[in-house]
Amino acid sequence: MVAAEVFLTFILVLAIFLGFELINKVPATLHTPLMSGANAISGITVVGAISLAGTGQQDLANWLGAGAVALATINVVGGYMVTDRMLAMFKKKEGGQNG
Amino acid sequence: MDNLIQFAYVVSGALFILGLKQLGSPATARRGNFISATGMLVAVVAALLDQGIVEYQWILGGFVVGGLIGATAARLVAMTSMPEMVALFNGFGGMASLLVGAAALSTATGTFTLVTIVLSILIGGLTFTGSLIAYGKLSEKLSSAPVMFRGQQIVNSLLVLGIVASGVMFCLEPANPQWLYLVIGLSLLFGIMAVIPIGGADMPVVISLLNSYSGLAACAAGFAVNNNILIVAGSLVGASGIILTQIMCKAMNRSLSNVLFSGFGSGVTETTEIEGEIKPISVEDAYYVLEAATNVAIIPGYGMAVAQAQHVVKELTEILEKNGAEVNFGIHPVAGRMPGHMNVLLAEADVPYDQLLEMDDINPRMENVDVAIVIGANDVVNPAAREVESSPIYGMPVINVDSARTVFVLKRSMASGFAGIENPLFYKDNTRMLFGDAKESIGGLIREFG
Repeated sequence: MVAAEVFLTFILVLAIFLGFELINKVPATLHTPLMSGANAISGITVVGAISLAGTGQQDLANWLGAGAVALATINVVGGYMVTDRMLAMFKKKEGGQNG
Repeated sequence: MDNLIQFAYVVSGALFILGLKQLGSPATARRGNFISATGMLVAVVAALLDQGIVEYQWILGGFVVGGLIGATAARLVAMTSMPEMVALFNGFGGMASLLVGAAALSTATGTFTLVTIVLSILIGGLTFTGSLIAYGKLSEKLSSAPVMFRGQQIVNSLLVLGIVASGVMFCLEPANPQWLYLVIGLSLLFGIMAVIPIGGADMPVVISLLNSYSGLAACAAGFAVNNNILIVAGSLVGASGIILTQIMCKAMNRSLSNVLFSGFGSGVTETTEIEGEIKPISVEDAYYVLEAATNVAIIPGYGMAVAQAQHVVKELTEILEKNGAEVNFGIHPVAGRMPGHMNVLLAEADVPYDQLLEMDDINPRMENVDVAIVIGANDVVNPAAREVESSPIYGMPVINVDSARTVFVLKRSMASGFAGIENPLFYKDNTRMLFGDAKESIGGLIREFG
């Protein structure tokens, strides 16, 4: 039990460094999709909310969990869909010089 | 079963990382987004296998409600409204983390967990209200001007102190709910206070920062419910938001604290006299110049989004190219209201992304440009940033349109830009002002060609 906090902090630090490395080279043209895509990932809170919403206790924590599931799902579904919609529009110039 | 769930989280984390990596290039970005969504699906399915779950109706209800709202919004939103959409989604993410933090209290043990609960409530709460204010400003439901009042710094400092104090009291007396309510209330208030002094032109920074916060809030919630996939995914988002924030600040040559606290552009009164006079041009005369041009650069700004002019701009580009001219776009990193705003709008209008040049790529070519067309951009092409040391934007990297042989500035009227700063570009010898709605002006040019 003692190690749990240390272990989680360890993950945190590594993930932050990884995040910096991953994002640093994204070209400016993709900044908006990157942001809305990252936003969808931040809807991962839904995972934490699921177990709270399913306790069957009908108490406050249960209701809060259900609310969190709904809000985070907006984030996940909306975020991924809108990112896909944007990325579908990005096109490379086809063929000849003045295509 | 528990091991299986944890293993699924590892897979999901790897998919997020892979997805973000592929988002780094336009050719693979769509696949990257799909991979990241798959990672999310894996994580959600794994979470549903948790044996602590005895009933599913509330979870399902949340999925249905959230899914419907999210899908509808994502489908219907106009590309020009993307900044406020992202702001709103950020806010929902923050609120979800706040709720998870508050709900985790019922099973919380130990000071460490209590501290992380306070953090997830604090970050989640300020992300929520801050994003709502940003949404209001971006959608023009609120005035986008900075709101400043006397003693604002003091009020904010007291707020921070109050949050810290009530947070500490909550950790000491977790059984006493009033401290929790106080933390929630003050965090929500703090989000409002933090965003109201920030003006419309600084919104790219604010959105990036709120994006980062929504990730960090998920991260804190992960600590509160002891879940490592929340921590991994949350910190990836947190890091990406921070990097975007840095890029935006650098593009404005300002520090983050300057953006957050200075109320930039709230009461700027310029005293410097600008030499020269303004020379308007008619659509017809503009056409003759464009007709003869072989190298054209288009520099769009927020005004293009407001006028919804991206499609006519594309049409004009095609005509110019048929006429034998080379056409490029110069995109300033903070043009528009969010990072990459112009790129998305032009992508919507079918402009290929390799025709969009970043500031550092277009500036060296500017001397060979016959006509630079500035559409609804102001501060990002302001030569005062290079020339006038007393200017508030002095030192900000700008697109040097004034080096082009001729500059057309499409502008509604002579009012100064969002930051309220005079623009000497309008008075230069090689500048011609094409007054009127950008969409109509360009439409007029297209008709002249036709």
